[in-house]
Amino acid sequence: MSTTSGKAAAPVAGARGGGPGTAPSPATGSEDGREGPDGRRREHGRGRKRGLGVQNWAGWLFSTPFLVLFTVFMAFPIVATLAMSFTDFGLRNVTRPWEANFIGFENYTKLFGDEKFLTALFNTGYFVVIGVPLTLFLGLLVAVLLNNGIDRARTFFRVGFYAPVVTSIVAVAVVWRFVLDPSDGLIAGLCAELGLTAPDFLGSETLAMPSLIAMAVWRNLGTVMVLFIAGLQAIPTEVREAAKLDGAGAWQELRRITVPLLRPTLLYATVITTIGYLNVFEEPFVMTQGGPSDSTLTVSLNMYREGFNFFHMGYASAMAYVLFVVIMGITVLQLRLLKDNTK
Amino acid sequence: MSAKSQVMKRPLVYVLLSAGLLVMSAPFLWMALSAFKSAEELTASPPVWIPSEWTLDSFHRLLDKLDLPLYFMNSVIVAVLVTVANLVFCSMLGYALAKLNFIGRNKIFALVLGALMVPGNLMLLPLFVLMSKLQLIDSYAALVLPFAAGAFGVFLMRQFMQSIPDELLEAARMDGAGEWYIFWRIVMPLVKPALATLSIFTFLGSWNNFVWPLIATNDPDKYTLPVALATFATDPNKSSGSNGMLMAGAFLIVLPVLIVFAVLQRYFTQGIATAGMK
Repeated sequence: MSTTSGKAAAPVAGARGGGPGTAPSPATGSEDGREGPDGRRREHGRGRKRGLGVQNWAGWLFSTPFLVLFTVFMAFPIVATLAMSFTDFGLRNVTRPWEANFIGFENYTKLFGDEKFLTALFNTGYFVVIGVPLTLFLGLLVAVLLNNGIDRARTFFRVGFYAPVVTSIVAVAVVWRFVLDPSDGLIAGLCAELGLTAPDFLGSETLAMPSLIAMAVWRNLGTVMVLFIAGLQAIPTEVREAAKLDGAGAWQELRRITVPLLRPTLLYATVITTIGYLNVFEEPFVMTQGGPSDSTLTVSLNMYREGFNFFHMGYASAMAYVLFVVIMGITVLQLRLLKDNTK
Repeated sequence: MSAKSQVMKRPLVYVLLSAGLLVMSAPFLWMALSAFKSAEELTASPPVWIPSEWTLDSFHRLLDKLDLPLYFMNSVIVAVLVTVANLVFCSMLGYALAKLNFIGRNKIFALVLGALMVPGNLMLLPLFVLMSKLQLIDSYAALVLPFAAGAFGVFLMRQFMQSIPDELLEAARMDGAGEWYIFWRIVMPLVKPALATLSIFTFLGSWNNFVWPLIATNDPDKYTLPVALATFATDPNKSSGSNGMLMAGAFLIVLPVLIVFAVLQRYFTQGIATAGMK
């Protein structure tokens, strides 16, 4: 997540919690080395005009709205999902959740014998394994090209590549459906001109998922590009110039300077793209509804159906938690594998 | 140095980027142009890019099927409420985390960082049950409240507010100003660019939000624009040949975004850069 900057935090005497909350400062941007007010007020109430009481009160009052909303709409649902996943909460008692029976791990054991769920798990894996590297590679490619001595048109290109990111998925999906339409779609028309017959992309079990992956890559490339541009611009020009003076060619510069220094950005981009793709729901929901014959059914889509179409709330909650655990596991794994071990 | 000499210097880079941009924008162009095509040209093979006569036919047909002004208003109302709520609540907590010294501050910040990482899918089921119990399904409250204080906004505001000199706030405190006054009268005016950035991101996020509004609305009168269009698009008994209508609908969803995007480009790029430096 956050890379702690090289600057040491203020020498805190009465260090309040060196825990995870110790203000991590950003790697780039308006870096002023001020780690909150720590540096100025070391210990509670010492050398200040007003007692700590006032700041404490104010601090909590200012935090209240967020904390209330967070508790009701995030913390509670997360805990409730876990609780629900151990019950038979479903259609019979959907209006009276407290009447649901505790059934232990039954939902979880059932999951791993559920063909639909396993198919969804496989499809989601497929989506991630193909989609993530493609998105990262193309995003990096565009970022490097944009960073290569283009000044004038940079903004123009950047906006162009970023536009799909800020476009509603629904709009994107209906447009892509039309682009891929086998009878009067754009690709079909272009193929017809060349005397070819376009395949029915979304109607074919082998091509439906790749089509969705292509669409997701198209849509998310901009996010990754922007991250890499920020990362590339953070590399000091002196470093590059020094390398050039030492006779490094373009390839060597890329290998010895750009790639190593981009590591933190690459890690961050990999993690957020992977998390996003593991949660993939909207693309198959709007484009194919999981078809043809479940070839684009993803874990999130399967969960949505179990929960909101069949009201198997307990079962769907177990699915949500399995996905959550998988996501956490993969994220931790990525952080371990991709962390710079040379230091 | 002029753009022209640059092109001469790096022709390959420009060719590659332009080709990429063409592929990236093709679906957009296809959508925008198709929205104004006649029925014949929509199904023409080979595909017609530029309509020979521009017609609003698809928009009219879509208007017959969907109450577009209503959905448009729903989307706007929800997005505005979500944005205002975020500006106030995220700034408040951002200020507390950046400039106030209080017990538990670091724990709250850890909570914010944690909230950034939780996938939204995890909350959908109980959130739906909760909203049903509170009888809020099909209300604006259901669409706004879960998004009224985003962790990203807190993070963004905290980053910006850290750069405000402590001396300034201390001086105000010496003069007897209360924290509430300092926050509204001193801090908020100083972070206007950040507020602009947060507004854009929040507004667009809400405008494009799809999964939760889909779940939280049963009554078509409360649909937001994406929900209405998706419901229409995935309707199995929908007559074929609706591509023109769908393009018109997509065009209406995308248009405000592109306008906001074009006008407020500066704040946008700032925001993206901030988002990338976590």
